[in-house]
Amino acid sequence: MARIILQDLRHSYYADPQKDDDWALKKLSLDWDDGGAYALLGPSGCGKTTLLNVISGLIRPTGGRILFDGRDVTDATPEQRNIAQVFQFPVIYDTMTVYNNLAFPLRNRGVAEPEVDKKVREIAHMLELDQRLDRRASGLTADGKQKISLGRGLVRSDVAVIMFDEPLTVIDPHLKWVLRSKLKELHHRIRRTMIYVTHDQTEALTFADQVVVMKDGMIVQIGSPIELFERPKHTFVGHFIGSPGMNLLPCNVENGKAVFASQAIETLNAKAYRGNGKQLELGVRPEFVRFAPTGIPVQIIKVADAGRYRIVETRHNDGTIKLLVPEGTEIPVDGAHVQFDPGHTQVYEDGWMVT
Amino acid sequence: MSLELRNVTKRVGADVHIHETSLVLEQGTFNILLGTTLAGKTTLMQLMAGLDRPTTGEVWFRGKNVGGVPVQKRNVSMVYQQFINYPNFTVYENIASPLRVAGVAEKEIDAQVYQVAELLRLTPMLKRRPNELSGGQQQRTAIARALVKDSDLILLDEPLANLDYKLREELRDELPKLFADRDCIVVYATTEPAEALLFGGNTATLHEGRVTQFGPTSTIYRRPNTLLSAQVFSDPPINVAKVSKQGDEIILGEGVKWRAGKAVLPLPDGSYTIGIRPHHITPTAQKDGAATLEGRVLVAELSGSESILHFNMNNQTWVSQSHGIHPFPVGSTANFYVDVDQSFFFGADNKLIAGNA
Repeated sequence: MARIILQDLRHSYYADPQKDDDWALKKLSLDWDDGGAYALLGPSGCGKTTLLNVISGLIRPTGGRILFDGRDVTDATPEQRNIAQVFQFPVIYDTMTVYNNLAFPLRNRGVAEPEVDKKVREIAHMLELDQRLDRRASGLTADGKQKISLGRGLVRSDVAVIMFDEPLTVIDPHLKWVLRSKLKELHHRIRRTMIYVTHDQTEALTFADQVVVMKDGMIVQIGSPIELFERPKHTFVGHFIGSPGMNLLPCNVENGKAVFASQAIETLNAKAYRGNGKQLELGVRPEFVRFAPTGIPVQIIKVADAGRYRIVETRHNDGTIKLLVPEGTEIPVDGAHVQFDPGHTQVYEDGWMVT
Repeated sequence: MSLELRNVTKRVGADVHIHETSLVLEQGTFNILLGTTLAGKTTLMQLMAGLDRPTTGEVWFRGKNVGGVPVQKRNVSMVYQQFINYPNFTVYENIASPLRVAGVAEKEIDAQVYQVAELLRLTPMLKRRPNELSGGQQQRTAIARALVKDSDLILLDEPLANLDYKLREELRDELPKLFADRDCIVVYATTEPAEALLFGGNTATLHEGRVTQFGPTSTIYRRPNTLLSAQVFSDPPINVAKVSKQGDEIILGEGVKWRAGKAVLPLPDGSYTIGIRPHHITPTAQKDGAATLEGRVLVAELSGSESILHFNMNNQTWVSQSHGIHPFPVGSTANFYVDVDQSFFFGADNKLIAGNA
């Protein structure tokens, strides 16, 4: 169990980093409570795996400190840090039984056999592996093997933190679904600090209490899934989270009001604009746009059926606007207008939300 | 002008990879093979391409039996999940390669490479080598190579599976546009129901080597012929339970019952299997006549825009998916409302007998 603090962490894979791009991690600080569920989310190359490896001790950072419960572990090995890690691909002993695979991390630490048995059965039960304990791991399907990997990560009760590096990438959607909620349930039950790395927003948002959104080696925003959805602080977060992402439209601000398509648009924050930005954008998620009798006149370009809702792509001369329309709602044929929900429409100045 | 599988089977030793399958894919259509890993998607594609021969049955293309025709002699392109490019070639040469093999004139090659590169936004990368590209760009290069030679049949085997979420979203949007004004047959394999829905076109649902249903994608989604097809085409998984019909009532276990809707009322009394997609079970009643399920919350997944709530009722786990934020504490008891008109009823043979259209 551990509270994790990262102080001014920087890392470069070069011996002598010169330019900004040479840094895989560009000076970041974080404070994570003990027992929380956290996610590192970002596209390939954003630095999330580097950060994970720095926390686990596989990489010694170029600069900064890592504290576990106030103890400086920057130079400690992964073993000394007492962490468990689950990787993208199952890491198991094929020739061993499921039972022995799950028991391995415990026996390795000299845990007494009765205690091993208790723990193994408990974790196997949670992961619905109890019927297969005597089977050889090699005979299991991909998701069965990944369950063992998860089980091996979760079986020790003395670990400071459990880290997951894209653990569900190789799993089919319907099983991904089951394992994801299982993991969430397990976290709720064992309350150990968990850090989950992924490029998949659904996994990050549904698993974590706090999500760290990363880009180009920097943290763009840290927030609860609701904060990231409703108040993205940067257009990148607006775009990256949500499917489809936030509509971003060129705009001006005049007299405290945003102006798009020659119309004044009610927003949450235009009043705060002080007039310094080079680029101004209006951000509104497709969930917060609706068809209305008046508003911004648009032409309907495309309607895609997503089952429980439809994604409608519309066009105005000044930009493309997407809407999410619930199943069974009518879509106007022509003369369509759209309106934005003022409580969820924000102005961004050079990418950052105006505050 | 079509591709036809006629009573095709594929066995490897004692294992049946494809049970007897007949399928007709028309020219100019986008067809999706939807199913889990090992459902038989790749095997079917290999049979279609001529990379593999069926154990029994025939493959016909444009009115000809192409069973004995080697793949090189057929005008087929294939894109795999793993990005496959020539590592020593530039992007330009990678895209040009099928045209060079076909002996197309240099000037024509140049024109076509630029055209398809433009379409896939690869123009600035034409001089680079694959290892200097991102995953998305590498896969776009592989797709460009498949598109450049005006193939009659283009097979895409989970081409987006190894890409980042956002890139996948982008390419999902672009792909259908690329094929919109082509005459070829496109076959696209995926494990994701959402992907099938967004592409539209036609979908074949696959399960353990069988095509369970084939037709327009939205029809298959809204009117699955069997419980199996409904399960293959639901993400999150569809809720399934036993119910009994008695007169004008539908009874689901102890204490849960509702008035039979128009579609269900004519059914004879007896027991049925019901299928309810998670988004038709919500924490607030959407309309009158909803059935109420009282359950104990097991997991609450709140994505910011949606709430996915797992709850236990009658010793069974149910899943509700709804808009907005519904932060029920784990372990609490809550009411969930089922839009009963949207449920599917399956008979003893698991065939659909009533349900929404």
